[in-house]
Amino acid sequence: MSLEPVVGPQLIVTPRPFVAERSNGEADALALERPKISVRGLSFYYGKHQALFANDLDIAERRVTAVIGPSGCGKSTHLRVYNRIYQLYRDQRATGQVLLDGEDLLAPSTDLLELRRKVGMIFQKPTPFPMSVFDNVAYGLRLHYRLSRSELADHVENALRSAALWAEVKDTLDRPGLALSGGQQQRLCIARAIAVRPEVLLMDEPTSAIDPVATSKIEDLIEELKEEFTIVIVTHNMQQAARVSDFTAFFFEGRVVEFGPTRRIFTKPANRQTEDYITGRFG
Amino acid sequence: MNRRPATGRKLLDLAVRVAASLAALAGILALLWILGVVVQRGFGALDLAFFTELPSPPGSTEGGLASAILGTLMLTGAATLVGVPIGMLAGVYLAELGRKSRFGAAVRFSVNVLMGLPSILVGLFVWTLLVVPFGGFSGHAGAVALALIMLPVVARTTEDMLALVPNALREGALALGTPRWQVTLIVFRAARGGLITGVLLAVARVSGETAPLLFTALNSPFWPASFSEPVSNLTVTIFQYAMSPYEDWQAKAWGASLLIMAGVLATTVVARTLAREKKR
Repeated sequence: MSLEPVVGPQLIVTPRPFVAERSNGEADALALERPKISVRGLSFYYGKHQALFANDLDIAERRVTAVIGPSGCGKSTHLRVYNRIYQLYRDQRATGQVLLDGEDLLAPSTDLLELRRKVGMIFQKPTPFPMSVFDNVAYGLRLHYRLSRSELADHVENALRSAALWAEVKDTLDRPGLALSGGQQQRLCIARAIAVRPEVLLMDEPTSAIDPVATSKIEDLIEELKEEFTIVIVTHNMQQAARVSDFTAFFFEGRVVEFGPTRRIFTKPANRQTEDYITGRFG
Repeated sequence: MNRRPATGRKLLDLAVRVAASLAALAGILALLWILGVVVQRGFGALDLAFFTELPSPPGSTEGGLASAILGTLMLTGAATLVGVPIGMLAGVYLAELGRKSRFGAAVRFSVNVLMGLPSILVGLFVWTLLVVPFGGFSGHAGAVALALIMLPVVARTTEDMLALVPNALREGALALGTPRWQVTLIVFRAARGGLITGVLLAVARVSGETAPLLFTALNSPFWPASFSEPVSNLTVTIFQYAMSPYEDWQAKAWGASLLIMAGVLATTVVARTLAREKKR
C-alpha cells in the first residue's frame, strides 16, 4: 500500500519567541516546547475590517485545543486560517506567521491541496457531497492516493470505523450521504476528513447543529481521535471545551486573551475577561 | 382616543384582492384561449402525411411538413450543442470563479443585455456575419443565431442554480484538498436538477424562434441535407404559409403552430417536474 503523499517544497522558518504582551499582558501565557502549529502575529482582514489582531498561539501535537469566546470574537476566523480555506473569498486576507511543523503555511509557495490534506476540517453544518456514503469517504482518498479497488474499500471501512459510523452504514454504503441523519452526516464528514490521513483536524463548532445524543457520540470520538491527530476545536459550549480539551484559548474581540491548560483556565483564570466569560457573566 | 372604523380599510383590502385575482386570471385565460384556438384550428391538419411527407404546392391537399419538423429538430439540436456548453461555462465563471470580480460584473451585465436583445437583431447580426460573406443562407448561420439566443439564458440559469448551492459545500470540498475545478463538479452535482431544467427551458425558448431564422437558415421545401444550404424549419414555414392566400397552407401553418406549442408545453412541464423533484 502506498500511503505516502507527494510532498511539496519545504520552507523551514524558526518561530520567533512567543510574545507574552500580545496576550494582553498575560505573562503566564503558555509557550509549548514543540508545538504542531505556532501562530505568531496573525492578523486577519475582511476587506478593510480587521477581525484578528496579532494573535499568538501554540497548538500541541496530539492534544485537543479548544478555542472559546463570545460570538464574533474571531474564533472561527482564526481557525479558518490554518487550512487557508478563507481564500475562497477574494476580500479576505491574513498577515503574520502560522507555522505548521516549522513551515509557514501563509507563504505564497504553500501547496494548498497538500496543506488541506494535512489539515482537515469539520464544519458547523455537515457537508456531505451529493453522492453515496462510500463515495463521500472515498472522495479524498481517490484525490490524494493511488489505491486499488480493495485497498480503497479497506481505507473507507477503516475511516468509517474510526468515525464510529461503520456499524450504522455498513449495509447501506451505496445510499446517498444526504439521506443520513444530521449526527450521522457529521460523523460521515469526520470519516471523510480522517480518511486522507491528516495530521491536524480543525473542528468549527462541530456539534452546534446536532442533537445532544449525537453530540456526546462526537465528543467520545474526539477523545479517541486525539491519539492520532492534533485537534483544534472551536466551541460555544463551555462544558464541551472543559470535557474534551487539554488546552483552552479564550478569544475576545479578535485577540487571544488567555491561553493555557484547560483545567487552569476553568479553575483559576488569570484574566478578568476570561473569568467573566466562563462564569457566564457575558457572552 | 377616537377609533377609526375598520370598514373602509376592509373594503380597500377586498378591492385590491379582487383586482389582483382578476389580473392573475387574465394570465391563465390568455394561455387557455391561445391553446384553444390553436388546437381547434390546427388539430385537423395533423394527419399522417403532415409528419411524413414533403411540402406540396398550394392547392393540393396532400403533402406535409416532415422536412420542416426534421429541420427544426436539427437546428435546435445544433444550437443546443453550441449554446449550452458555452453558456454553462460562462455561468460557471459567473457563479464560481469571477463572482465578485469586475470582469464578472461586466460579463453579467452583457449577458443581461444579450438576454433582452430582440431576436431579430440577433438574426440580422448573424446575417452580416455568416450569410453575406459566405454568399447564401445556411443551416450553420441558423444554428449560430439560435445558439446566440440560448447562450445568455443558459449562462444566467447556470449562475442562478450554482449560486443556490450553499458555500458550505464548496468549503467542505476545498477543505479536503480538492482542486477548484473539481469543487465545481461537486457543486454541479448538487445543482443537477436545476441545471437540466434551465437547459430544457432554453431549448423550449429557441425552438419557437422565427425572426433569427428568417435571415439565416431561411427555409426550404426539401429535406435538410446539408447545413451549408437553407434548412427547412417549422417557424419560418408558419410565417410563410400563414401569410399566403392559400387555405390549405394556412391550415398547415395552424398545424405547425400546434405542434410547436405542444412541444414547448411538454418540454416546460418536464422541466418543471424535474425542478420540483430536485427540491424534494
